[in-house]
Amino acid sequence: MDLILIQTLNGLASASSLFLVASGLSIIFGVTRVVNFAHGSFYMLGAYIAWSLVSRFGSASALGFWGGVLLAALLVGLVGLLIEIALLRRIYQAPELFQLLATFGVVLMVQDVALASWGPQDLLGPRAPGLRSFVSIFGNRFPTYELFLIVLGPIVLGALWLLFNKTRWGTLVRAATLDREMVGALGVNQRLLFTSVFFLGSCLAGLGGALQLPREAVNLHMDLSIIAEAFVVVVVGGLGSVTGAYLAAVLIGVMHAFGILIFPKITLVLVFLIMAVVLIVRPHGLMGRKPSLVQQGATMREPLLSPATREIKLLGAAALAVLAIAPLLLGNYGVSLLTELVILTLFAASLHFMMGPGGLASFGHAAYFGLGAYGAALAAKWLAAPMAAGLLFAPFLAGLAGVVFGWFCVRLSGVYLAMLTLAFAQIAWSVAFQWVELTGGDNGILGVWPAPWAAGKTTYYYLALVLCTALVLALRVAIFSPFGYALRAGRDSPVRAEAIGLNVTRINWLAFIIAAIAAGIAGGLYAYFKGSVFPTYMAISKSVDALLMVLLGGVQTVSGPIVGAFAFAWLQDWLVRGIAEYWRLVLGSAIVVLVLAFPQGLVGTALRWRGRSQDDDVPAEAVR
Amino acid sequence: MTLDRRNFLAGSAAATAAAVAAPAVLRAQGGAIRIGEINSYTAQPAFLIPYRNGWTLALEQINAKGGVLGRKIETIHRDDGGKPEDSVRHAGELVNAEKVDLLAGGFLSNVGLAISDFANQNKRLYVASEPLTDALVWARGNRYTFRLRPSTYMQVAMLVEEAAKLQTKTWACVAPNYEYGQSCVKWFKELLTKAKPDVSFVAEQFPALGKIDAGATVQALEAAKPQGIFNVTFAGDLINFVRQGNTRGLFEGREVVSVLTGEPEYLDPLGAEAPKGWIVTGYPHSDIKTPEHTAFYDAYKAKFNDYPRLGSVVGFDTMNSIAAALAKAGTTDNEKLIAAMRGLKFTSAFGPVEYRAIDHQSTLGAYVGRLDVKDGKGVMTGWSYRDGAKYLPSDDVVRTLRPATA
Amino acid sequence: MSGPVLEARGLAKAFGGVKAVDGVSFTVEAGRLLALIGPNGAGKTTCFNLLNGQLQPDAGSVFLGGRNITGLAPRMVWALGVGRTFQITATFSSMTVRENVQMALLSHHGKVWNLFSRAREAFVAKADALLEQVGMAAQAERACGILAYGDLKRVELAVALANAPKLLLMDEPTAGMSPSERIALMELTARIARERGIAVLFTEHDMDVVFAHADRIIVLDRGRLIADGSAEAVRANPDVQAVYLGSGSTFGGR
Repeated sequence: MDLILIQTLNGLASASSLFLVASGLSIIFGVTRVVNFAHGSFYMLGAYIAWSLVSRFGSASALGFWGGVLLAALLVGLVGLLIEIALLRRIYQAPELFQLLATFGVVLMVQDVALASWGPQDLLGPRAPGLRSFVSIFGNRFPTYELFLIVLGPIVLGALWLLFNKTRWGTLVRAATLDREMVGALGVNQRLLFTSVFFLGSCLAGLGGALQLPREAVNLHMDLSIIAEAFVVVVVGGLGSVTGAYLAAVLIGVMHAFGILIFPKITLVLVFLIMAVVLIVRPHGLMGRKPSLVQQGATMREPLLSPATREIKLLGAAALAVLAIAPLLLGNYGVSLLTELVILTLFAASLHFMMGPGGLASFGHAAYFGLGAYGAALAAKWLAAPMAAGLLFAPFLAGLAGVVFGWFCVRLSGVYLAMLTLAFAQIAWSVAFQWVELTGGDNGILGVWPAPWAAGKTTYYYLALVLCTALVLALRVAIFSPFGYALRAGRDSPVRAEAIGLNVTRINWLAFIIAAIAAGIAGGLYAYFKGSVFPTYMAISKSVDALLMVLLGGVQTVSGPIVGAFAFAWLQDWLVRGIAEYWRLVLGSAIVVLVLAFPQGLVGTALRWRGRSQDDDVPAEAVR
Repeated sequence: MTLDRRNFLAGSAAATAAAVAAPAVLRAQGGAIRIGEINSYTAQPAFLIPYRNGWTLALEQINAKGGVLGRKIETIHRDDGGKPEDSVRHAGELVNAEKVDLLAGGFLSNVGLAISDFANQNKRLYVASEPLTDALVWARGNRYTFRLRPSTYMQVAMLVEEAAKLQTKTWACVAPNYEYGQSCVKWFKELLTKAKPDVSFVAEQFPALGKIDAGATVQALEAAKPQGIFNVTFAGDLINFVRQGNTRGLFEGREVVSVLTGEPEYLDPLGAEAPKGWIVTGYPHSDIKTPEHTAFYDAYKAKFNDYPRLGSVVGFDTMNSIAAALAKAGTTDNEKLIAAMRGLKFTSAFGPVEYRAIDHQSTLGAYVGRLDVKDGKGVMTGWSYRDGAKYLPSDDVVRTLRPATA
Repeated sequence: MSGPVLEARGLAKAFGGVKAVDGVSFTVEAGRLLALIGPNGAGKTTCFNLLNGQLQPDAGSVFLGGRNITGLAPRMVWALGVGRTFQITATFSSMTVRENVQMALLSHHGKVWNLFSRAREAFVAKADALLEQVGMAAQAERACGILAYGDLKRVELAVALANAPKLLLMDEPTAGMSPSERIALMELTARIARERGIAVLFTEHDMDVVFAHADRIIVLDRGRLIADGSAEAVRANPDVQAVYLGSGSTFGGR
């Protein structure tokens, strides 16, 4: 009995910490629709800055500690403000999710800035004055600071409620959460509103980080370890609903505290399991509302998509010719790198197939890439299957997962869909991670080497080139096929699509499966190329890589993912090898610069330039 | 000041410049001996920046004496960011484009295994410095892979020896949920039960690596009322666990046996909150007065204006062992190098060490002692050096663990 | 021709206790235009959504050519020969005008699951013919995303006609158009309806358009049908006058 009470309190304390971060994210997303990857970085900065300030002010005095914490939150708010003004404000008009790319650049930069400023060693913050000790509850010692956090969560929730419901600013924010265009139409200064919202959200992230000082080590992994969970809380709560975020945080915190009593290893995946269940039962989260039909109809206007012109086809053929003769010009490593780029291109193109024409953004596409890799590796390890069989089993396993996961996912839309794909990807990842007998766990499966005839680096390159080119072209053909048109129809206007007889859900489902199969083939090729398979192939970072490639190239174009994959993977390889130190800072800056210079993605923006110079009427909107 | 980053940066900049300066072909013949070193620098900087400093120190000492075989040694470092697939790409680049003579490095177990498999496939020597997994030299061992650090098994065996001396009968285990944590717990239970059949294990907690929910975990362990706790968490997880455990009194009146906690990387951040009385493996850097260690310690301090961490020792010893192997083989030919590595004896900062011919594991040991707090800092007391050679299974057992082809 | 094309019987739908549509019954005959009017919030769009399956009615049923289609999904209703245009235009902005019509034709001919042929080359002549009818042939290659509002409405009409429907449901087909465009579009609609014997149900707030083109008018107020008859009869109906006067607006709703 007392254990139940104590574990509930433990859960509530974690919930408060999580809520502080998630509330800021929820507010930012609700109003600006920016999927802010950098929110975790703000949280980490809050902790580091608070550590420095409190160390300087002296942690013994209440003023020194709490003053440091609050000042850190404000400073982080200012950092957020700066990023909004200098970066995000310029790209609000970009295609959906494009801002994610920009904020990812910020994440990379902050990681290296933190390393350079605070060093690599974990920092232990001071305990809070007056809250250093514990109280006794049924003979169990419970830290007073945790009690303080339990109380703080609802207080912050209440303060936010007052802010949103009792002030004019809050009313505008709520209105903007429901309908951005309307607020703009009311003559409200939208820029100021967005900037102030970003400031508040960043402050909350900073506060969340600063308040961890007495509780957790400050380290360089804080950013990425919190961001996924914060998103889960926001989505489980319902986008833009702060109260929902609190409920979700409590649900997750308490389930966690009890989950480890029953099944200790569940911590790996519990939050994602909860999210999957909640989203399947309630497709718009605990407190989220279904967007009205009117809003659905008035989403972003997608630009015209036309088949490649003669010129572009020639360009493509020339590029292919270069790739075909490349092994004659490049050394062994050049060929290896190209092999990797070609495989990643197929991976990116497969994501683009559902995300571009289908409007089905996935945060968990690596699941199918990874399952493809595991399909090949498991076939090789357990069935001693030859490479050809492994390469067939790869898309089979990935496609099977696409059939099952896709069935649930396509019933949702927007960020909810994206997060459900993430949940499934994490579940698949945890299975690969945990089922040690079958998959070797995190030590992976080794010895997945190609058949002798394909073992040569150049031979394998040509094998990958032929397969990937054929599949990328096939995806392209499909985009311009009746099915591809139907897919786009469902994205452009679901209501209209249904009204002309299209079964949008089923069309999206098939697109999901096709994307999964294509990713699976990429994964299979990758497995034989690397010779080993690890759970990291399905990790969030791989999914993010695919997203970045598609967004960088331009999601509204067909060639975008190809250019994006080459640009991103090559840039990363080049920087890691060339700079060694602080390559993340340089890569992050490069992404930010590219985002500002190419707000429609590389291909999207290039085509726009070309269109403008040629003809002012149609091609300005035409994106190939 | 914790670490001299300027030196670190200057060192790496020089290495990079050297790598860019001359065409690969020229360097391959008669020039410097090239070592390709891969590690998760951006993912694990707390361990790996000191590691690289140690490496650089050894490298400079060797080259100052004219190098090996009349040639200088040169290192090309690569960052895998903690991803095994990237480490394989770097390995390919190092071998094929940079024409390195051999590969080294690795921190994470899966990265080590990926490079090891690559090395086996490409018939290239790989000296794994840090990856702890037993699989690296046993279940998945191969001809081309050698490992310096004492493995999971060895570290646990050293602690079991101490744990068996205690009166503690009931144990709870807490470990990060991945292969390293799981095999530590597995070995601890197996070896301790063998040494003391009357012990029992009453609770297990496997928090996700880097994401421990410390309050709830401590409470769950407390609820099982064990007499002793075996801890495998490290880094941030350890700090959070210790702080919650201290406040909640989890460690009071209980014996705690803990892997790696005495290493400065993990002990120093705890400061005055370092848990007194824990039995740990680690590295009491300022107290070791053997001639080998003093020489290393002083040189390190002089160069980096900082004390060495365990990572520094690993980097220093890895580089030195490679130099010793080159000297013994008299060539960079990998097959001859492997012959030289099998049974190679060299002097580490901890004293004489041998790469065992039977499983390619070095006999480098670790220090075992109890934690205490002195001047607001965690220290190891009553420590002693445990020679790795004594904490390995018998040769007959090892033969069954390792593939016959390796 | 036997019986009405569309028959609604006692349709009802409530949202959280508010009766949006309350016991509405009416019929539409082939080749005839029936106007559905009423003040803002009278339930016109809800009524439309009940007819084409966008919403499920709480009570009542819908018959299409004598067949009960109540509760069928919009795409099923479409497949049975019902075309629809929307109050807020819904076209596919990433496609050209012709492609929008081609899409509807592909769906009508059951070619949607084809992954390999080129959609652009399918049903070009048929699409052009439909566009010709609505006067959009000249703009066939333009992107729908950049069309003027009035042109979009005409594209919608062409799309709605693509499955050779028996019934057209047009929710405010002329909203946002200039008066002369309105007259032209409704004349066009009336002509096509008569030529092909299509039954048309439309809502409209411009009473000039309603009185000029509707063969019959039904009036909805707070979910209830309060009048049904010719233009003259409806105009003379005191209930209707009261509703429109009471709403403070002139003879026109939203």
